[in-house]
Amino acid sequence: MKYLLLKHYRGGPAPVVDYPPMDQWTPQEVDAHIQYMNDFAAKLEGTGEYVDSQALTPEGAFVRYDGAGRPPVTDGPFAETKDLIAGWMIIDVESWDRAVELAGELSAAPGAGGRPIHEWLEVRPFLTGCHTVTE
Amino acid sequence: MTGLRELVPAVIGVLVRRGADFASAEDAVQDALIRALEAENQPRDLKAWLISVAWHRFLDTVRADSARRDRELAVDAQPPGGPVPATDDTLRLYFRCAHPSLPPAAAVALTLRAVGGLTTKQIASAYLVPEATMAQRISRAKRRIAGAGLGEPGDLPTVLRVLYLVFNEGYGGEVDLAAEAIRLTRQLAGLTDEPEAAGLLALMLLHHARRASRTGPGGRLIPLSTQDRNRWDTGLIAEGVTILRTALARDRLGEYQAQAAIAALHADARTVAETDWVQIVEWYDELLRLTGSPIVRLNRAVAVCEADGPQAAFAALDGLDPTLPRYPAVLAYLYERTGNRTQAADLYAAAAHAATSVQERDHLTREAARLRQLDA
Repeated sequence: MKYLLLKHYRGGPAPVVDYPPMDQWTPQEVDAHIQYMNDFAAKLEGTGEYVDSQALTPEGAFVRYDGAGRPPVTDGPFAETKDLIAGWMIIDVESWDRAVELAGELSAAPGAGGRPIHEWLEVRPFLTGCHTVTE
Repeated sequence: MTGLRELVPAVIGVLVRRGADFASAEDAVQDALIRALEAENQPRDLKAWLISVAWHRFLDTVRADSARRDRELAVDAQPPGGPVPATDDTLRLYFRCAHPSLPPAAAVALTLRAVGGLTTKQIASAYLVPEATMAQRISRAKRRIAGAGLGEPGDLPTVLRVLYLVFNEGYGGEVDLAAEAIRLTRQLAGLTDEPEAAGLLALMLLHHARRASRTGPGGRLIPLSTQDRNRWDTGLIAEGVTILRTALARDRLGEYQAQAAIAALHADARTVAETDWVQIVEWYDELLRLTGSPIVRLNRAVAVCEADGPQAAFAALDGLDPTLPRYPAVLAYLYERTGNRTQAADLYAAAAHAATSVQERDHLTREAARLRQLDA
């Protein structure tokens, strides 16, 4: 089963640890955080559970169709959107429990002072393709 | 199997000379190439084998097509008489694959396949797209240039830009694109005496020489000023400098030669302090004269800062659009040099926010963190 671990710049439940933005950590703390993320992905590659991860820039826009012969309408970027996706990791694991276990581990990445940031990650199962044998 | 890939453009050339259209010839050679890669035993004469397999593959396709559409195709299975230099064929192939009517991504893919002899699968993995997507990109590109005759004069600047794009992509998947770009540019520089081709080759070699020192643990970016210069590849530097000198002696300066000259001046300095910034600024002036590019003006400002101090550099930024990529990062650096750490750290953080790659974002965040730590 594939799961999306979604990382948000903003949104989700209230943070449990009020950590400052990354540029206010020490360079060593920044390095330790990045190293933790890299090691985590490498470990999942090793266990055969890693699929993909991507980071997004903070700014984009909403776009919609505006009728035939007309250019699409764009809206944004919004400086204060409530929910802003920062990136994701896709994992392919045995069970929901395993997905939750791994998300918990990723959320323990160290922040300022080397303490876990306790960041909320959204875990979403993929809808699967249609199986040949369903009974 | 590197020898195999080098044969690809020549084999395509042979098929085209025998009367195959470019798109079908290229497909047939790709099929033959994949068969050769999968074969357990290498044939003794690889080139003859590839030509034979590709030609038969092509004939099969034509026969199937003509049977299906019931139409006559003017394909003569006899090779025309008289030798044609294979180098001309290869050069024409570069021009065709990097045809100015193609979008850059399509020209890149087609060049890597037809001139570079990479498989669609390898190119797809290098650019992190599904193989079917890459196959479509390539066949659309071929349809687009179907009308362009092999004989029409090529556009060298477009070819060079395509190779430059391949080089800049670095590595992804199983293919080292930087090394591949160098191989293709080296081959091109041997086919044409246009000094800009040599200039681009020199530029690539001089940048490639620093590759090992450019990233640290965990893939972190290490800027030029703090790179371990003992890890620079002196062999590549010497080769790049020699090629550049020969090109410059032709007295037909172009942007790649000017960029290579800047890279050579950096390569020449054993420590940052020994860098000849005054000469680097002069080369930036040449580059600016040649290109008029705002990005060049931005980079020139950094060199001006080193040569004449931050105040002169602020003046050099005057009139530039602040929304240019890397503008906040350059401004941050200038403020750092004036000693205004708070302003510099804020600008580095803003630059990180606007960064276009993860590596660059992390580097700029670290720069901001470094300055705030000094201030704390």
